[in-house]
Amino acid sequence: MELSGGEIVIQSLKDEGVEYVFGYPGGCVLHIYDAIFKQDDVKHVLVRHEQGATHAADGYARSSGKPGVVLVTSGPGATNAITGIATAYMDSIPMVVITGQVPRPVIGTDAFQEVDTVGITRPCVKHNFLVKDISDIAETMKKAFYLATTGRPGPVVVDIPKDITDPDIKVPYQYPEEVSMRSYHPTVSGNIGQTRKAIKLIKEAKRPVIYSGGGVVLGEASEELKQLGRTLGFPVTQTLMGLGAFPGTDPQFIGMLGMHGTYEANMAMHDSDLIIAIGARFDDRVTGKVADFCPHAKIIHIDVDPASISKTITVDVPIVGQVKPILLDMLAQLESLGETFDRARIGAWWDQIDQWREADCLAYEKNTDTIKPQFVIEQLYKVTNGEAFVTSDVGQHQMFAAQYYPFDKPRRWINSGGLGTMGFGLPAAMGVKFAHPEADVACVTGEGSIQMCLQELSTMLQYDTPVKVINLNNGYLGMVRQWQEFTYKSRYSHSYLEALPDFKKLAEAYGHVGMQITKKEDVEPALREAFSMKDRTVFMDFLTDTKENVYPMIEAGKAHNDMVMAPSSKYKRILA
Amino acid sequence: MSRQHIISLLLENEAGALSRVSGLFSARAYNIESLTVAATQDPTLSRLTLVTVGSDETIEQIKKQLNKLIDVVKLIDLSESFSLERELILLKVKKSDAMVQKIESLSVESSARITDDTDDYLIIELTGEKVWLDDFLSSLADEVLEVVRTGVVGLSRGERSLTV
Repeated sequence: MELSGGEIVIQSLKDEGVEYVFGYPGGCVLHIYDAIFKQDDVKHVLVRHEQGATHAADGYARSSGKPGVVLVTSGPGATNAITGIATAYMDSIPMVVITGQVPRPVIGTDAFQEVDTVGITRPCVKHNFLVKDISDIAETMKKAFYLATTGRPGPVVVDIPKDITDPDIKVPYQYPEEVSMRSYHPTVSGNIGQTRKAIKLIKEAKRPVIYSGGGVVLGEASEELKQLGRTLGFPVTQTLMGLGAFPGTDPQFIGMLGMHGTYEANMAMHDSDLIIAIGARFDDRVTGKVADFCPHAKIIHIDVDPASISKTITVDVPIVGQVKPILLDMLAQLESLGETFDRARIGAWWDQIDQWREADCLAYEKNTDTIKPQFVIEQLYKVTNGEAFVTSDVGQHQMFAAQYYPFDKPRRWINSGGLGTMGFGLPAAMGVKFAHPEADVACVTGEGSIQMCLQELSTMLQYDTPVKVINLNNGYLGMVRQWQEFTYKSRYSHSYLEALPDFKKLAEAYGHVGMQITKKEDVEPALREAFSMKDRTVFMDFLTDTKENVYPMIEAGKAHNDMVMAPSSKYKRILA
Repeated sequence: MSRQHIISLLLENEAGALSRVSGLFSARAYNIESLTVAATQDPTLSRLTLVTVGSDETIEQIKKQLNKLIDVVKLIDLSESFSLERELILLKVKKSDAMVQKIESLSVESSARITDDTDDYLIIELTGEKVWLDDFLSSLADEVLEVVRTGVVGLSRGERSLTV
């Protein structure tokens, strides 16, 4: 089969089993777009901004486990995509981003719409390629998908100069069945000896905690994590990225940990004598003050990326490899021990945790006239039976969603944890909808974040991807306002958003249903009405309490046992 | 405690591979004291030698991050075993009888030699371990008009080697 470069790009996607490409045309990708036009297998989704394309592909990838694919033009097309590429990189999301480049003869001449895409994206990709020869396109595409989806996943950029996609130049095409790279050999199974050491620590533990992260979701190891948790009877805490891998409604789940983690999770970490970290990377939002992190604990760390081991926190038993086979190995070794692990074995520890739970750290003031953001999330949970895919933007609403919507399944909670990208939620929700057309998809957002990628409402109408937008509108950049209240004596420097649009009318202008909810008693009925409109995107503008804060909070540089508690919590400020 | 390490890597000999390495050092705020790179006998591979300083934890992290780069084929820390390290220096001085005499006396204990001799200027060439070159350079102090150093290269001694 003889194909042009443009056709090879699309045929490679087809051979890779790609369903959707999120993209935006422009000069340097016109040949590729012409190849798209001539076929029906790979469907193209025309976004309204390249950032939207990357987030949509990201949402698609996070919710489905398949790599997201993006196609943008050179120059501004590529630079607009960078925020989304960096977002995917920080959360290890498999993504292949194809960028057009100016023709080879003019590379380096400051040609129209030229940027050094490989140079600009280098620090925020797993790898990138500039394809210099038409006969290299197919193999490079294969390598891109291989790199993006194996080991620690991540985005890969393939930069393709326009002249090698010329429809008049054809070369024989064959998509490689497999590809190997002499410099890339991701570890799969863990070292048995290390697992044995881990089991020894597990046997001796009196105050253990399983601390699991996004790696469990990415590594499809949710079932194994559940089995391990239930076999051992240990308390389980999860990071923001890990939520749903272990069921959020399970009594063994002690809540999210870290800056806005639960009192019981953070106290348990602090007092623990054994931390079993699984697919988690000891992010600063999790550890708080590094010097005081888990001062009494031995640490087992399972991670596919050797560079994650002892990066910020030195660990005692590292196990490098994919989470799933390592957990299976641990489970097999535990079974052969013939010992009983259960709640009773660490009864005193559970008693202590139950006592911490009595603090009721997620309690909030319910007797108010205003709509509390936490209340909206609780109602959202109720109305969707906890089954929705929930995306979020970044800020207070993100934390409220993480705290008050317990996820029982992996890949249901989609948010930008590492980079913290405002504007992520809406296009990501659209991407989720492409992967799961029948599912309820909610985008929990705020009036600040939503305006960063609002234009995708238009794409959502075009492709009929109904999403329910839950806009927690308090008029402030809430998390900024909260930090200003706590650490800048309430000097609210530029965190109040004056002149907000009428979101109801705005949604209507985009052809969707708009709602504004101002009364507490209307919250649940409005949500029910919105979710009953299966085929419509409904933008729900909830006017919420303007000064609500996210609690508990570990302020920057503080330790796990030093939390600011909600005024309505039984404990006020807790000091060690 | 911070210690100097010489790390050698085999790198895919491709455009941009070097900037992945140097970019890593700047992005993660690691020190880089010298860096030298050239193709090996296998033209698809470059050998890069870099000198860095850091605590054991930092060096460990540097090696892991380097290994994580897709273009890095293999890596060796020459400071972990017996190795031979060399650096070449060229320096220019004003010619004088005193200077010629001084170089000759210094060359007794080092391999320094006058490589270029014009009417008024001398270029001196010296190969050796980094510390010898540092000593040599400081002994000439203010008389050095211009200096260029290649950066350290090295090979591990005996059987241990960095090959694919």
